[in-house]
Amino acid sequence: MSATAVHSLWTTAATAADPISKIDTPKIEYGQLAPTLIVVGAAVVGVLVEAFVPRKSRYYAQMFVSVVALVAAFATVVALAADGYGTTKAGIAAMGAIAVDGPALFLQGTILLASLVALFTFAERRLDPQAHGNPVDSFAAQAASVPGSESEQKAVRAGFTTTEVFPLLLFAVAGMLIFPAANDLLTLFVALEVFSLPLYLLCALARRKRLMSQEAAVKYFLLGAFASAFTLFGIALLYGYAGSMSYGAIAQVVDGSVVEVTPALADTMGNDALLLVGGALIVMGLLFKVGAVPFHMWTPDVYQGAPTPVTGFMAAATKVAAFGALLRLLYVVLPGLRWDWRPVMWGVAIVTMLGGAIVAITQTDIKRLLAYSSIAHAGFILAGVIATTPDGISSVLFYLAAYSFVTIGAFAVVTLVRDAGGEATHLSKWAGLGRRSPLVAAVFAVFLLAFAGIPLTSGFAGKFAVFKAAAEGGAAPLVVVGVISSAVAAFFYIRVIVLMFFSEPRPEGPTVAVPSPLTTTAIAVGVAVTVVLGVAPQYFLDLAGQAGTFVR
Amino acid sequence: MSFPLLTATAVVPAVGALATAAVPAARRTLAKWLALLFSLATLVLAIVVLVRFDPDGDRYQLTESHSWIADFGVRYELGVDGIGVALVALTALLMPFIILAGWHDADPLETGSSRWRPTQGFFALILAVEAMVIISFEATDVFLFYIFFEAMLIPMYFLIGGFGDRAHEHGEQAASTQRSYAAVKFLLYNLVGGLIMLAAVIGLYVVAGNFSLTEIAQARASGELTMATTTERWLFLGFFFAFAVKAPLWPLHTWLPNAMQESTAPVAVLITAVVDKVGTFAMLRFCLQLFPEASKWATPAILVLALISIIYGALLAVGQRDIKRLVAYASISHFGFIIMGIFAMTSQGQSGATLYMVNHGLSTAALMLVAGFLISRRGSRLIADYGGVQKAAPVLAGTFLIGGLATLSLPGLAPFVSEFLVLVGTFTRYPVVGIIATFGIVLAALYTLVLYQRTMTGPVKPETAAMPDLRARELVVVAPLVVLLIFLGVYPKPVTDVIDPAVKQTMSDVQQKDPQPEVEAAK
Repeated sequence: MSATAVHSLWTTAATAADPISKIDTPKIEYGQLAPTLIVVGAAVVGVLVEAFVPRKSRYYAQMFVSVVALVAAFATVVALAADGYGTTKAGIAAMGAIAVDGPALFLQGTILLASLVALFTFAERRLDPQAHGNPVDSFAAQAASVPGSESEQKAVRAGFTTTEVFPLLLFAVAGMLIFPAANDLLTLFVALEVFSLPLYLLCALARRKRLMSQEAAVKYFLLGAFASAFTLFGIALLYGYAGSMSYGAIAQVVDGSVVEVTPALADTMGNDALLLVGGALIVMGLLFKVGAVPFHMWTPDVYQGAPTPVTGFMAAATKVAAFGALLRLLYVVLPGLRWDWRPVMWGVAIVTMLGGAIVAITQTDIKRLLAYSSIAHAGFILAGVIATTPDGISSVLFYLAAYSFVTIGAFAVVTLVRDAGGEATHLSKWAGLGRRSPLVAAVFAVFLLAFAGIPLTSGFAGKFAVFKAAAEGGAAPLVVVGVISSAVAAFFYIRVIVLMFFSEPRPEGPTVAVPSPLTTTAIAVGVAVTVVLGVAPQYFLDLAGQAGTFVR
Repeated sequence: MSFPLLTATAVVPAVGALATAAVPAARRTLAKWLALLFSLATLVLAIVVLVRFDPDGDRYQLTESHSWIADFGVRYELGVDGIGVALVALTALLMPFIILAGWHDADPLETGSSRWRPTQGFFALILAVEAMVIISFEATDVFLFYIFFEAMLIPMYFLIGGFGDRAHEHGEQAASTQRSYAAVKFLLYNLVGGLIMLAAVIGLYVVAGNFSLTEIAQARASGELTMATTTERWLFLGFFFAFAVKAPLWPLHTWLPNAMQESTAPVAVLITAVVDKVGTFAMLRFCLQLFPEASKWATPAILVLALISIIYGALLAVGQRDIKRLVAYASISHFGFIIMGIFAMTSQGQSGATLYMVNHGLSTAALMLVAGFLISRRGSRLIADYGGVQKAAPVLAGTFLIGGLATLSLPGLAPFVSEFLVLVGTFTRYPVVGIIATFGIVLAALYTLVLYQRTMTGPVKPETAAMPDLRARELVVVAPLVVLLIFLGVYPKPVTDVIDPAVKQTMSDVQQKDPQPEVEAAK
């Protein structure tokens, strides 16, 4: 309905046919956009809390605001889905900018739940030893103070904590909610920036190893800025090709069903070179966010340097949002170009699966290991993306939901294993963990088995779903490569299990901190989701199946 | 709805695993008794299954069917044919002996460490394996089978890597390194096999649209479902590869000697007598039924591999210096016989192969468990460290001899019947293969008797002079196995009666008739 409205919004200015045309009051469906609006609103409230609430009570105020916002937003998503906005009433809202349909709602729900769990790990204040009698979390006392400087010490002594992480998290979540729902290229780009910028900041905020954390943030920012620039360039080219930013309109031009040429773009419209280069550049930007080979270089450094709760959040939620956007772009905007992008994506999926799995073998740091494993998983998900069938969409949705909770849980366990220098992330320090703390080691083993895709875990159900979709979509060789790289990946997951259970504990090994109920909840949710989706995935597969249609 | 008997046979050990694992650290003995109790309860259920099973009735009996994951076309479908019943019974029968034999294998060395509970873990893992193995024997849904076929690797992996023989010639550190090497090797071999099978499982779904063994087999027989020859062959190879790793068939066998050598004797029995049977069983049930044409196509190659397994395993067994490795290579040789019997595609061959699965389980259990008792007394696995044991411990030596004679298929003991059937069945169709395989028996006599001679006879070594004879607990383990070996050697009819109709069905699936003139099965 309003797809044409926004179309004319962009083109009227260009044609100048109606110089002082009546710019309609934009029609905004507040109800359908409520999840995003709630989160943005709460983020703004969070900024105000930082400004006006006394330092002592900020932590609790921020926690309250964030939890309420995420829960409320999730409830709204559920209400919208129950109202049929995922299926029969699916449509395009906000003057063509945002799609409210099954995949969007499913992914928004996943992102919100994952963020809620990640929020608990953000708020954990019992793991680090108290600094001068004040409980501290994983974030720097004062981000602005130079590492090792006097002002830093002063901040630590004063018991400062960076409660700004909560609004930052909410802003990032807001961007992620829009990203997979964006229905025109500009909204896509704005959402990309809205969730990327807070993440760059969050990466730099580690309490321990601050220089490493800042280095990670700079790397992420520079490479991310590059990727954004590519995306923006691609958007410009695609606009030149189609004369519109709207997904629907571009798709029609790609199909050839619209041949009407906008006079101002007469030179460029319909030029296939623009389409191919523009499409490739946008996809490249998204593959960067997903962490697919060859755009994965940032992943290990950033995952390792960022504060572990942030890593978990990033690894889970960013991936969900970015894959959502990628799905929509490929299925809604570029289906007419399928024969061009499929071979390329085949290649990307193959090198991502194999590359991630093979390089992970040589890793000695648990966070880097999980980073490479996340790359390999991006490859598995891409295999489902390539299927270009409704089954492909729902399998990817299911995989993302399953994967995100395992990831947050796994990184939450990483925060528990500590020695004098903070988290003990070097693998050699994990030796014999199973003897010292059988429960923590067993939980981590469950997550690793899920990553490895062992039956009766969510990882297996997800892997089976995407491989099945790929095989039905005629991508049998991808399945074979996927199976081989799963075998390679299994090797390093197993290696960690061997290390934990069959190696002698080191005398000066790390201790396992006893977390507050917050982290415990995060881990427990991870285990519960892993087992439930592994043993009885039917309900969630149904949900993903119903959510498997994009509105055009 | 009637009582879900088959589900119960798997649920009882699974519940037992959880209950055992939940026992507090200090109550170690309680955990052991609990495990034994649950394994006995499972045995009772398995006997009920055996009694309720009517050999001349429907092909799959006691069936259960529930929707599970509709999106994948997966159903929770159980059912047993004669082959399945026999193997469920074997598994349930061996478990109490395995648990009793391993009674002290997982006692913690140092007391006082509060949270590390190896004993509870050991018995819980054994029961978990039992539950998964039993459900694999009962599953008539390919996906359901696959899930437990893969999942059982995890508890097995911890059993191999986490628990080993107490004494080791190179000290505890070296032992632990070797153990985890063996465990990882076991897991990687089987995982790779399983993942390749996963690709084939997905392929099967794409071709057939569901996972139900009975439905697919029916559709194939009636011609509703046709597979392109190449597709069928690839899918067959995907399945067969996984089963050949598990079985294990040469050249995919190298994990077995490591795994058996490093694990405790009861776990070694669990691997070779129970878990590996899933591989050979699955060849019969899935490869032959789902891909009859491809099975016939692959038969010559598989027979050659099986022959190599028979001869190669036996030859290497002759040369071993380590008792457990010797038994492992002997098992590889025996698995060669089983696979040869399956793919000879004659009713004697397949009856013999199925009977062999049962008998090999019994004979290996007897031999290996006694060997385990022997090793625990002396603290060494090396044959050269023993000598003249029969003077110090005559009962131990005697049962060891019976186990050994069963392994070499002495007439009058159970394995003889099955080996004879396999050879006859193979000979009627492939005389040359049958003749070469016979040399395996000759070599078996060599390695078993030499093993006995070196360890039990000869001058008494000072270390073995004071060796105590079998204790009451150990006798309880060994005596029933010996009785069964002799009983089934003289009178195998109860087992063959259960197996034969199922084998006939399988034969008709692959549209094979016994070559004429028919040789009467030795009943």
